[in-house]
Amino acid sequence: MIGYALLFAFGCFGLALLMNLYRAATGPTVPDRVLALDTMVVNVIALMILYGIWQGTAMYFEASLLFAMTGFISTVAYSRFMLRGNIIE
Amino acid sequence: MTDTFMLIMEILVSGLIVMAGIFGLVGSYGLLKLPELMTRLHAPTKATTLGVGGVLIASMIYFLVFMDQFSFHELMITLFLFLTAPISANLIAKAHMLRELQPKDVPPTGAACGWSTYDETADPSRQPGE
Repeated sequence: MIGYALLFAFGCFGLALLMNLYRAATGPTVPDRVLALDTMVVNVIALMILYGIWQGTAMYFEASLLFAMTGFISTVAYSRFMLRGNIIE
Repeated sequence: MTDTFMLIMEILVSGLIVMAGIFGLVGSYGLLKLPELMTRLHAPTKATTLGVGGVLIASMIYFLVFMDQFSFHELMITLFLFLTAPISANLIAKAHMLRELQPKDVPPTGAACGWSTYDETADPSRQPGE
């Protein structure tokens, strides 16, 4: 039963990633694209955790923790660059 | 007794995973569907964060019950995502205000000073990147 739920969630998050990719490609403004990339990071974290359950290993938690930190830092850097024209002043 | 407990836990984990998938799908569909950025910010910051939280809680219960190992990593990831989602949304909204909106487009702050994004005391001759 968990296997079918995992397959369903894989489909949901894969479709969500495709929607985010469409928004990142056609977003009218630059903040739209940054928001789409930020959402893609969150969806990929969910996919990694689901793959960890699927494989029955706890190895993917460290990877997803690192991925969450990298995604947040990159979003902050993009927003800082849009706001100030500079990242570290 | 143990079989019943295992069945209940399996149903709980499966329900959490399905619910999390639906929440993630709704969040990204909102990102696609909503008309402009200030409304689009709502869908990923709320629905998608809740979806990932559901996945992480399901993972924690799964590894605790079926694998007999308990880890704090899921709680750390959940806490980190719930802390950082509002911060990044606030920064993106400020960038949107600066780049796309004029000071006449936004409502008054209701305080003595205006929006700090449109600070009029800043030197207008200062170029970005200096």
